[in-house]
Amino acid sequence: MNKGRFGIHGGQYIPETLMNAIMELEEAYDKYKDDPEFNRELTELYNEYAGRPSRLYFAKRMTEDLGGAKIYLKREDLNHTGSHKINNVLGQMLLAKKMGKTRVIAETGAGQHGVATATVAAMMGMECEIFMGKMDCERQALNVYRMKLLGAKVHPVEEGTKSLKDAVSATFREWTRRIDDTHYVLGSVMGPYPFPGMVRDFQAVISREIKQQIMEKEGKLPDVVMACVGGGSNAMGAFYHFIEEPSVKLIGCEAAGRGIDTFETAATINTGKIGIFHGMKSYFCQDEYGQIAPVYSISAGLDYPGIGPEHAYLHDSGRAQYVAVTDDEAVDAFEYLSKIEGVIPAIESAHAVAYAKKLAPTMDKDQIIVINISGRGDKDVAAIARYRGEDLYE
Amino acid sequence: MSNIRKAFDHGKAFIPFITCGDPSLEVTEQIVIEMEKAGADLIELGIPFSDPTAEGPVIMEANIRALAAGTTTDKVFEMVKRLRKTVKVPMVFMTYANVIFSYGAEKFIRTSSEIGIDGFILPDIPYEEKGEFLDICKKYDMDLVSMIAPTSHDRIKMIAADATGFLYCVSSLGVTGTRSQITTDVGAMIETAKQVSDVPCAIGFGISGPEQAKEMAKSADGVIVGSAIVRFCAEYGTESPAKIAEFVRSVKDAIATV
Repeated sequence: MNKGRFGIHGGQYIPETLMNAIMELEEAYDKYKDDPEFNRELTELYNEYAGRPSRLYFAKRMTEDLGGAKIYLKREDLNHTGSHKINNVLGQMLLAKKMGKTRVIAETGAGQHGVATATVAAMMGMECEIFMGKMDCERQALNVYRMKLLGAKVHPVEEGTKSLKDAVSATFREWTRRIDDTHYVLGSVMGPYPFPGMVRDFQAVISREIKQQIMEKEGKLPDVVMACVGGGSNAMGAFYHFIEEPSVKLIGCEAAGRGIDTFETAATINTGKIGIFHGMKSYFCQDEYGQIAPVYSISAGLDYPGIGPEHAYLHDSGRAQYVAVTDDEAVDAFEYLSKIEGVIPAIESAHAVAYAKKLAPTMDKDQIIVINISGRGDKDVAAIARYRGEDLYE
Repeated sequence: MSNIRKAFDHGKAFIPFITCGDPSLEVTEQIVIEMEKAGADLIELGIPFSDPTAEGPVIMEANIRALAAGTTTDKVFEMVKRLRKTVKVPMVFMTYANVIFSYGAEKFIRTSSEIGIDGFILPDIPYEEKGEFLDICKKYDMDLVSMIAPTSHDRIKMIAADATGFLYCVSSLGVTGTRSQITTDVGAMIETAKQVSDVPCAIGFGISGPEQAKEMAKSADGVIVGSAIVRFCAEYGTESPAKIAEFVRSVKDAIATV
């Protein structure tokens, strides 16, 4: 068994062509991750450019309405570019700069990671190309234009299901074609080692802040931390500093699409089995012969047939729980949070809000739930309107 | 000595690739028979995978067509069983890790051995991860073919030293697919490998036809052609076996004079 494992999961299942590039990245990350100057620069970017720390907001009306646990929202939607994605992008691109790379490529699903990458590329003066499934380009047209506005080149991916999975494959293919000057800014806690651990480390700022903020506000740790899970980067970031705190329950909310008993789902832990794909061993939605399943979710960001290897391990060990939330529940929660707190969450984050709506009333009033609001929902407004039968296009 | 090594006993080896089940397994069966007759020394049988990340568009589309036609691992096994009644040329499976893993690695490798497959090429299993499959391959006397790429540099000797069957030398950066010219110094890669191993070296990725094959054969023990052959399946479908036979013969003739 090779390094970079989370239990049996993880590893480096990639073509030989990429091995030296991955090892170069691994060495660079090992060198810089504890380097005080690197961390000072990164913190400055987090604070001055991305607007961190993000707020931990007490959702008073939602708490009263549900009548159970106190609910706090970790407002990653308030970051520059509107989601948690910028945390990882700033980390990886600062590292890429130190490695002498001049060009970055990235996949994107909902467009949040693509926008964050294009944004930081503009700020750092790097060349940027984004790969996005053609279907996602259509359902997130505003983000496509945003990336172009930021100076990035956007490649619609026509292969396969034309969504996030195919965008990841296309970006890996592009990386094997041009490696020397190019860094692949992988957007989630997935892919080959060192990506899952490195992306988690850059996202761990979320749980570091939650811990400090909740101690200031409540003088105790939360009872539950929950987040939506596609590849799982916002969830890993929100969970990380609580993994060693056994009193804190960790809940990942997967996209069930039209339901986990249908084929139109993206709930990997709830419906998948262990496999090897996109550089890692983990859980994947697949058929009996290992063909990757064409998954579905209303949320382009959760529409992925796999999950990061550390989540797979947290599931195996029982440390975290993974629940499935349907499109209907997520859309209801999207509207609910908008009306009750004046916060329009990303449809991805709405999956976590939906489960909180079920869980909070079953808990005591002195208990605390923290929901990671991974992104803002402006990008989803037109799609939700269409879901509700209103013919609205951006 | 494994059967794969025997493919290199008669001068420069020609190794054609075909995606099983494109357009149907019946046609694949005919293609393999024709390839042997036309002088192929080793045949690479691709088991289709939904998301073949090392492939360019030609083989990617062949995978999609094969899966849409209902090709499965078990049906490919059945086809090989039928083929082995007459076909003597060594054959290897080229597929992705998840196809083997999901079937149960031991069951997949044991079955392959029983039906007369000689080894495996797994583009998403690098040197560092091969252990989990290699131990089982050894148990059933199968070769797990190692690959080196233009970016391998200091890794070449490490990989070549452990290579069995043959060493797959990737000619170019990027994914599979024909290229108008190959600019990598593959000869230098092979020289480095030969310093530590006597394993035959075959060049693949980007070879489009007889002329390029001949050029590549000058510095290698064999040449692999995939996309240029798979393209015949896309264009001629059920009529492709004769076209492919003609192509295989032309490449074989070209490299015979090297």
